[in-house]
Amino acid sequence: MPPRLAVFKFASCDGCQLSLLACEDELLAVAEKVEIAYFLEAGPRDTTGMYDIGLVEGSVTTPHDAERIREVRAQCKYLVTIGACATSGGIQALRNWGDVDEFARQVYAHPEYLKTLATSTAIADHVKVDFELRGCPVNKHQLVELISALLWGRTPRVARYSVCVECKRRQVVCVAVARGVACLGPVTQAGCEVICPAYARECFGCFGPKEQPNLLSLGVRYRDDGHDPQHLTRLVRSFNAYSAEFRNFDPANQKES
Amino acid sequence: MTDPIVGARIWLPEAALQGLIDQLRASGYEVVGPRVADGAVTLVEVTSISEMPRGVRDEQEPGKYRLTVIEGAGLFDHVVGPHSLKPYLFPPRTTVLEVLKIRDSWDARVPEPPRPKRAVIGVRSCDLHALAIQDRVFLGGQHRDPEYAARREGLFLIAVNCSRSAPTCFCVSMNTGPKVDGGADLVLTELNTGFVVEVGTEKGGEVLRGLDIRESTLAEFAEATEVPQRAASQQTRRINLATVHDTLINNLEHPRWEDVAKRCLSCANCTMVCPTCFCSTVNEVTDLAGDVTTRERVWESCFNEEHSWTGSGAAHPTTKSRYRQWLTHKLATWVDQFGSSGCVGCGRCITWCPVGIDITEEVAAIEAKGGVA
Amino acid sequence: MTALPVSPWRVSMTTIRAVKAETPGVTTYDLSFDDPAAGYSFLPGQFNMLYLPGIGESAISMSSDAAEPGKLRHTVRAVGNVTRAMERLLTGDKIGVRGPFGTSWPVEQSRGNDVIVAAGGLGLAPLRPAIYHLIRHRSSYGRVTVLYGARSPADLLYTDEYEAWHSAGLDVQVTVDVGSADWQGSIGFVTTLLSRVPLEPTRTDVFTCGPEVMMRFIASGAVNRGIAAGRVFVSLERNMNCAVGLCGHCQFGSEFVCKDGPVFPFDRVRRLMHVENI
Repeated sequence: MPPRLAVFKFASCDGCQLSLLACEDELLAVAEKVEIAYFLEAGPRDTTGMYDIGLVEGSVTTPHDAERIREVRAQCKYLVTIGACATSGGIQALRNWGDVDEFARQVYAHPEYLKTLATSTAIADHVKVDFELRGCPVNKHQLVELISALLWGRTPRVARYSVCVECKRRQVVCVAVARGVACLGPVTQAGCEVICPAYARECFGCFGPKEQPNLLSLGVRYRDDGHDPQHLTRLVRSFNAYSAEFRNFDPANQKES
Repeated sequence: MTDPIVGARIWLPEAALQGLIDQLRASGYEVVGPRVADGAVTLVEVTSISEMPRGVRDEQEPGKYRLTVIEGAGLFDHVVGPHSLKPYLFPPRTTVLEVLKIRDSWDARVPEPPRPKRAVIGVRSCDLHALAIQDRVFLGGQHRDPEYAARREGLFLIAVNCSRSAPTCFCVSMNTGPKVDGGADLVLTELNTGFVVEVGTEKGGEVLRGLDIRESTLAEFAEATEVPQRAASQQTRRINLATVHDTLINNLEHPRWEDVAKRCLSCANCTMVCPTCFCSTVNEVTDLAGDVTTRERVWESCFNEEHSWTGSGAAHPTTKSRYRQWLTHKLATWVDQFGSSGCVGCGRCITWCPVGIDITEEVAAIEAKGGVA
Repeated sequence: MTALPVSPWRVSMTTIRAVKAETPGVTTYDLSFDDPAAGYSFLPGQFNMLYLPGIGESAISMSSDAAEPGKLRHTVRAVGNVTRAMERLLTGDKIGVRGPFGTSWPVEQSRGNDVIVAAGGLGLAPLRPAIYHLIRHRSSYGRVTVLYGARSPADLLYTDEYEAWHSAGLDVQVTVDVGSADWQGSIGFVTTLLSRVPLEPTRTDVFTCGPEVMMRFIASGAVNRGIAAGRVFVSLERNMNCAVGLCGHCQFGSEFVCKDGPVFPFDRVRRLMHVENI
């Protein structure tokens, strides 16, 4: 019996699920080895029985989400969160610094019909998570590694170190040092295959904080180099704003609150 | 006709450098040299001297690197950039084992390493010393690295004496430059209209044959002698090579380690740009069908937590312990292991540290207020 | 073109001949090389890199008799990717082996001396080949004492062999940190056993293996009883990746634990063993 795979969606843009569909070359091999039992985006919706691997995309933003994630957890032997929304709350976690009722009044004609939480939070804030894949979106090679590793019976190999390590392995010239742009690479976890620096753009932190990130030191350096602290605030307050290591950092004030 | 025997000093007009590249390419070498890309002088394939960085100077300081163009300056007015010889000998990613499932067992095969013929133009003295250090690491012990050996064998080195130093350079204090003191097939010194070439090996002399060369004059040689001297006189940073080993080893609990850990990002850039850092890790890369697995070796760093991971936790769990491991290894325990310092004073770790941590300054701080270990 | 060096990554396949559950989470695997011409031999205290294709490698000391290298035996605690995957293996399954690597217990150098073998927990596994050697050449050594401690009686390894070791002329003393209802032996740390054992410091060598903190106490305790630090040998654990000094993971000061160790004379590593996170 091949392992049964399910893909669940919470508050998200579907981009991470699409990364799975974008594994064109590998998807056939995946389908041969794994029974894709529940994947609404792709069609299957077999809701009977347990799933061996559950991939969860998106964050928890409604009372209904908070209930449903517990059901999902109960249905999955091995639960993997995929993407910035699921692992840190996503871009929508910016609401955590604002007034959600006020947002709702601005956007909706009848906000009274909304049932939404004041915060957007990571799946791991609600249920036990067995493994996480970072990124906005996740990297397709990491997705394939995840499935391959689980099939072979090992922990998936996902780097916890900085984007810089991958930049240097690819011999990409450092955009922070050679161009003076404020790059989040030194505090961000590798895994994206350095898409932005390879195109001479700074890292935007899509993969969230690396192990033991030193935001304070990097923030001081960028400020001293003449970067607007507001710009740094915007860089960090992005896809992974509410991750544990990013959320308390306030570059504008150059301190960890 | 001038005979470019080993030890000969030859005059090579600038235009004839193209002939040298052509000659090497005709002999089957991929020619690698300095080329501006992405705001830096990189070390990549070149086919023509027109691709090389004429009049390009690199302004370097801790955490900062910028290029400027100087009218009338030469092809080698830059110093060392972000790249070194390292990836050409010790690739960032390589396969060390291929394993196929055959019925109930496994067929494990070591792939035959490629044996590229590669010529590198513009190698500096510090990087030749770095190469000699990596030779000792990868080829000097009981167990030797076959891929490094294969790549090393096909390497042709055209060194250049530095005409200037960056503020981050400190090779003089490490006894590793700027004047090339061996280890290259040819050594160029750039003057106004061409190069004084010292022939280092027979292989080096061979590629000069047939080019527009003559013996260099005494005046040219005298002028060439001054070039690296000028570069040496510009250096301001230094490490006390005689004392640094004991300074660090006797100060393993110095408060400066805590201090530098507050600034250090543990991002590993210093180790990645270092031309001697050799840490790697081997990962299992598997297919989805369950039939094929390869063991892939990638560059690693002592700044990564998993680097020192054991069943009972990381041996170096903090940035403090990792920075201390790096610095003490580079400048002290390396000497115990391999008979020389692991540092060649190229200054890359200073320039390419995103927050500009300067190893010469860290050593000086420990030296100035030496505590008791 | 010259011949290239032999790759340190070359691996030999072995077949599992027996699997024995020792203590909770600890299993012993008997291996035999598929190619008998491999000409494999090892010294007590050395280690192999055990390889599971698709999973990875793990450094594990040999726990069998070095005089019978064809009957290779490894005692493994399931803690990492590889060792946990090994738990799923059965007799007949394949394990890749690279090795042997590293330094060994100085059993030859210790001939004529008294030997104290002090082990904690799983640390008895790398010492068992030394014990077998001491038994095999019993008349070449003076007093041989085995001091062994584990967390609880259930964590004691190789309990069915102590009697044989005793009969072979070894003084075997066992202790546990926490006893159980039917435990009638000693309770306390192995360091306490050392402090009580009679010894002649000028003719005694100590081989110790266990958690680093325990080895530090054993080594310091031995030194306090007048044994020269150079006669005390510890076996260190670090992250081994290449096992041949090329990858940098296992560095401990000037030492590559994989090739300069794992067995070190205490005087060589004493200072570093007292520096946190070195």
